[in-house]
Amino acid sequence: MTSLQHVNPRVRGIRVSPQSVLQSLGVQKPFQEVIDLSSGDPHRAGMKPVSFIRQVLAACLYPELLEDESVPLDVRLRAQRLLEDCAGGSVGSYTPSSGLLHVRQSIAEFITRRDFGVPSYTKNIYISSGSHRVIVKLLASGEEEARTGVLTPMPCPHTLPTLLDEAGVTLVPYRLIEERGWAVDLEELHRAVTTARGRCQPRAIYISNPGNPTGHVQTRESIEEVIRFAAAERLLLFVDEVYQDSVIGLDREFISYKRVLFEMGKEYADTVELVSSHSLSCTCIGECGQMAGYMEIINMDPEVTHFVDTMLCTDISAPVTGQLALDLMLKPPKPGDTSYDTYTQLAYIVRALELLNDLPGMSCQPVMGGIYVYPHLYLPSEFREEAKTLEVEADVLYCQKLLKEERVLVGAGHHGGATSSHHHLR
Amino acid sequence: MTENGVMSRAKVLTIDTINPTVKKVEYAVRGPIVQRAVELERELSQGMKKPFAEVIKANIGDAHAMGQQPITFFRQVLALCSYPELLSDNTFPEDAKSRACRILQSCGGHSMGSYSASQGIDSVRKDVARYIERRDGGVPCDPDDIYLTTGASDGIVTMLKLLVSGEGATRTGVMISIPQYPLYSAALAELGAVQINYYLNEDKCWSMDIPELQRALDEAREYCNPRALCIINPGNPTGQVQSRECIEDVIRFAAKERLFLMADEVYQDNVYADGCQFHSFKKVLFEMGPEYSETVELASFHSTSKCYMGECGFRGGYMEIINMDNEVKAQLTKLVSVRLCPPVPGQALMDLVVNPPQPGEPSYDSFIKERTATLSALAEKAKLTEQVLNTVQGISCNPVQGAMYSFPRITIPEKAVKEATEQGQQPDMFYCMKMLEETGICLVPGSGFGQKDGTYHFRMTILPPTDKLKILLDKVKEFHQKFTQQYS
Repeated sequence: MTSLQHVNPRVRGIRVSPQSVLQSLGVQKPFQEVIDLSSGDPHRAGMKPVSFIRQVLAACLYPELLEDESVPLDVRLRAQRLLEDCAGGSVGSYTPSSGLLHVRQSIAEFITRRDFGVPSYTKNIYISSGSHRVIVKLLASGEEEARTGVLTPMPCPHTLPTLLDEAGVTLVPYRLIEERGWAVDLEELHRAVTTARGRCQPRAIYISNPGNPTGHVQTRESIEEVIRFAAAERLLLFVDEVYQDSVIGLDREFISYKRVLFEMGKEYADTVELVSSHSLSCTCIGECGQMAGYMEIINMDPEVTHFVDTMLCTDISAPVTGQLALDLMLKPPKPGDTSYDTYTQLAYIVRALELLNDLPGMSCQPVMGGIYVYPHLYLPSEFREEAKTLEVEADVLYCQKLLKEERVLVGAGHHGGATSSHHHLR
Repeated sequence: MTENGVMSRAKVLTIDTINPTVKKVEYAVRGPIVQRAVELERELSQGMKKPFAEVIKANIGDAHAMGQQPITFFRQVLALCSYPELLSDNTFPEDAKSRACRILQSCGGHSMGSYSASQGIDSVRKDVARYIERRDGGVPCDPDDIYLTTGASDGIVTMLKLLVSGEGATRTGVMISIPQYPLYSAALAELGAVQINYYLNEDKCWSMDIPELQRALDEAREYCNPRALCIINPGNPTGQVQSRECIEDVIRFAAKERLFLMADEVYQDNVYADGCQFHSFKKVLFEMGPEYSETVELASFHSTSKCYMGECGFRGGYMEIINMDNEVKAQLTKLVSVRLCPPVPGQALMDLVVNPPQPGEPSYDSFIKERTATLSALAEKAKLTEQVLNTVQGISCNPVQGAMYSFPRITIPEKAVKEATEQGQQPDMFYCMKMLEETGICLVPGSGFGQKDGTYHFRMTILPPTDKLKILLDKVKEFHQKFTQQYS
């Protein structure tokens, strides 16, 4: 019989994420009783889906609705147009591995519009149900000192460390600077990459902007710094921009890495290898369960992009309703249904910050974007001692108690093993 | 850096620096012949003249793409789940509405847009377990043994990933049938596992042959550690439906040789030939008594992509895990959580597949009518395909007992083999490419699936509508005769 010793050592080496432990604790009692604020899942937390998107998807799923005059005309026309691009006119068919052509075109058009004319080309767009996994797998190679390393921000999305473990890639942490609103620090990047060399082979830098879970939105100067750093240190730039649709505050706006790269002139624009990703899990849409997103791949060797396609073939294609939802997300109807939802969502974040900053033992940097608040927790030493004896991180213990006593599930900060004298909640 | 002092920034990711295992992966079903087919379609649409009016993609097992209609009830429920305001629309039957409500109750925030638990929505897993119990005449199924997956492919790759370990002579070996569905060889290449080929017996309608399994295993023991045995039943590309005796023999073999059985059963409703019946590995295992049912490790896979549903685009699937060690299961559960969760619409669809309309419910009659129509059309086309192809000299086609494909053997004249080899092409690829250019019909050469040395085949789906299929088969006949003539 197969036993633990026979299991793939790579699989055994995947760290158990505290998030999944907390989540399974939350499931032990009936679901509805727990308020889950930990998993970056807007619909679970009560946000309503965007009607237009759901109506069009319903008409695509059940095309009899195309004849139903009670369904708004723009919904019916849009559904019809989308079905034309599906093989056999059905959302039940496979699509090409990199996604439906029409949707990829819409994505390229969206990016071009968003970036004030910086061109985006359909051929560089790849739709999948997990771009991060694909890129991380592509990067993975070597053993020990030759093992690929990816510079990873601390804090980072809770799903990223397990992805790196699964692929056999070394996580090279770089600290974001809490006192500066979780900004990226160039010296810290240099320290990270220099100390990593010799332990592993750094090949990429991951960054999320707006930051997940910090909510930090980078300035143009900061983005330029990171690009120059990636170019000089020969790193693939791997940027997650999923929360680009939710930037609040009047003094900061979202600028895409693609646009900044392009505006830095040919020396960078034609050479720096950049992968930017976006998905349905963004703030205003929150269609996480549909599992679809895209990446735009810039300046990658064509021999390599051939293999991106090959890897996407393992999944055959991303779920079709998810692909269509991407089209609907990036090409919304002209009257702003979406902007109304955005407004409501962002007001909550401002309130949340005020509330948390008022609590003793908590302080939170300003949140400029995204869907998380990431407050610093000052935990009494007795509590930290208790956590130590239970062999659990103090912020994880805090979350467990919060779940048990108040039936509210939040995530622990858990900077992937870095110094545990600082605790946070997500 | 360079010689002449110009700063040339070499790429970070090149063919030499990317993951070496990724480079080993090839997908015959989506390979060069498909790319050429897409090109030809483009050329046709641009008005270029061709010896054919349309490209017929008889290469991929995509039923809807070939005009098969979805099951109305399933699509109604999914539309209701997508936009619950439709629950007040009287054109939807009551049973569809109550199914939709039930599904939405189990989704976070009552929305298909929420992530689910990584193992899949609880209530769906329970429904899958009940389906399996009903299907297998009461053999118990524990919902905890059910993992929902992103199509069956995801489940298969996950299991293979879990089981691959060791180095050199202790490296995990996995037995796969030749011919096989290329996902297996691709996954094994990527995982760096050892592929152990066992040949299906073409003369005995592609049946499994225990002496052949033994031969393959014994030879493989010299250079690897065989740990798993993969079976596809009904078969892809061969269409054979294994007899009950054969399945028992395989189980005994796996028990004796301590192999983890992986049973790909995605075509379980696609059985056409008289005297053939689908027997699930799980059921047979349990009916063989505790000596086997309590010891043999088994993973069975199913999906929403085939059978009478044909809903490939939803990426719905599940696997049932039997007799797995608890610690190993914990590792499996951890592994599936890396991907967050399978797409929720696919999970909802799977729920409907295992929980279809029941007698007395408003949608029952039309559901049965649609399902029967689809399956009987497939049965008809399976028979037609076998008949027509067997009238061609130089083509010999085993009965298409099940699944969705024919895998006929073709004779390729020596001259053609020579020309193919000179061009660096497999002879059956050469043949299929020529067929594509001259008739617009896209098939997959047998070399993509594996075949005995010196034999050639192609895989053709039976999915096009009957009248189109007739034309297709006649064109294949015509082409083969011409090709044979040309290279004689």
